Amino acid sequence: MESSVVSINNVTFSYQERPVLEKINLDVPEGSFLALLGPNGSGKSTLIKLLLGLLPLHQGSIHLFGENVKKFRAWHRIGYVSQKANSFNSGFPATVFEVVSMGLFGKIGMFRFMKKSHKQRVMQAIQTVGLDEYTNQNIGELSGGQQQRAFIARALVSDPKLLILDEPTVGVDASSVDDFYELLKRLNREHGITLVLVTHDMGPVTDLVTHVACLNKRLHFHGDTHEYENMDNRELSSFYGHPVHAMDHQHD
Amino acid sequence: MIADFLQYDFIRNAAFVGLMIGFLAPLLGVFIVVRRQALIADALSHITLAGIAASLLISKQIGAFKMLNPVYLGMAFSVTGSVLIERLRKEYKHYQELAIPIILSVGIGLSVVFISLANGFNTDLFNYLFGSIIAVDSSDVWMVLSILVVVTIAIVLFYKELFLLSFDEDQAQVAGIRSRFIQFLFMVMVALVIAASMRIVGILLVSSLITLPVAASIRIAKGFKQTIWIAILFGETAVITGLFTAYYFDLAPGGTIVLLSALILIIVITWKKYRYAFQRSKEA
Ligand SMILES: Nc1ncnc2c1ncn2[C@@H]1O[C@H](COP(=O)(O)OP(=O)(O)OP(=O)(O)O)[C@@H](O)[C@H]1O
Ligand SMILES: [Mg+2]
Repeated sequence: MESSVVSINNVTFSYQERPVLEKINLDVPEGSFLALLGPNGSGKSTLIKLLLGLLPLHQGSIHLFGENVKKFRAWHRIGYVSQKANSFNSGFPATVFEVVSMGLFGKIGMFRFMKKSHKQRVMQAIQTVGLDEYTNQNIGELSGGQQQRAFIARALVSDPKLLILDEPTVGVDASSVDDFYELLKRLNREHGITLVLVTHDMGPVTDLVTHVACLNKRLHFHGDTHEYENMDNRELSSFYGHPVHAMDHQHD
Repeated sequence: MIADFLQYDFIRNAAFVGLMIGFLAPLLGVFIVVRRQALIADALSHITLAGIAASLLISKQIGAFKMLNPVYLGMAFSVTGSVLIERLRKEYKHYQELAIPIILSVGIGLSVVFISLANGFNTDLFNYLFGSIIAVDSSDVWMVLSILVVVTIAIVLFYKELFLLSFDEDQAQVAGIRSRFIQFLFMVMVALVIAASMRIVGILLVSSLITLPVAASIRIAKGFKQTIWIAILFGETAVITGLFTAYYFDLAPGGTIVLLSALILIIVITWKKYRYAFQRSKEA
């Protein structure tokens, strides 16, 4: 039997008064690759922040690796690339090496320093995303796609079992996006990392993901990729609130 | 010439203090500048001025208070100011920079009130505003030395946390870093370094010693650590040559140091421009 890496039970959340998420139930099985879909403002980032403990959870419960998020401490098992990651201060003077090292800080802990073995891990992560040549370049001097890879490397360096990416390809050109998704596929299939990818474009990831969840305040659909493809357009339209055609996204 | 320069106690004191703040100000400056909070130093230095004015006022009334170095009360004000800035930043989540003008103007307001209560300026206050070589005594040396030791140890111990927090607050939180504690600690360090620096460069010019070397360093450094080292190199260069020049030409040291920092900045910017133009002409 598969075990769940993330399990979300009956989560309801609102900022101030306005409800943003209602009664969300969602399980992410180990080794799966979930696409979390939804239009702007549908609560995708909010759900991610709740499960990372960045927002306080008042209704419902979230478990990570079987442990309640409120008690969860093993954050190094989770890699996270936030939606804001590509809007960072691009003048920030940090090399790719330094940025990727940050991913280890939580694991190393307070009052301890980076050891040689940590540095090797950083180099490995940089290699995994194919940025070896840029190790000592300032992050701001890289292209958007390369920066995104650096942030993935930072998320990977602590050897996470779960990787969460919130719209990682915004502002990245199409050819880099393809390479990028190839990388994600490799991480999922070869390294066995469970992936949650937030996106509002299913097109380019249809062949990649194993599961799909459609969110718009409520969870409108959750199933594997087959079920998603067999869902008829009317259901999707009701989800987006306007007519769409599931396989309309032409890619390549 | 250098032996001659160092033969007087007061100059030796000033040189020691100069070396220490030439290291401290840019070190903290790097963390301040990359967060786009360069003006925080200005706000805190004006609050420090209020503390010093208060101290001078009290010692006018109570003779025994003269024993106390006014910088201590300045420091107390500055640390309080740094706590207030943090609170205000929470209060105005989306206008975080508002905290700076608020604290800055309160600092000036208080200073002016204290100064007028003390019936105006005296040379002491003038020295605090613009810095002085002669005013530095051995109690200043010990005070700055303690600040140097404490701040350096804190930066080494919390380097990872400070670096991560400066780059990405969300990620810091996910990494389980106690951001509020680290941020508080950092603000206290800034307050201390400002108090330490102002004997020589003066309150009005402290912030430039914190930001100018960093502004120059950031143009040419690769990476964060290198930015720190180059900023310190520039800071020390400006302070040492500045003190030297100020002594021989009888100038205010603060102004001299700041102008030299600005000169370094101009050289760096020009050099970068020139270098690119040079590379392009070679490629063409
Ligand atoms: N900090 C906040 N305070 C108040 N309301 C917020 C806050 N963050 C988000 N919201 C609101 O919550 C709703 C969901 O936002 P969220 O960022 O989760 O959407 P999203 O699905 O990630 O959208 P996008 O595709 O644009 O990234 C939106 O209506 C937004 O206005
Ligand atoms: Mg979002």
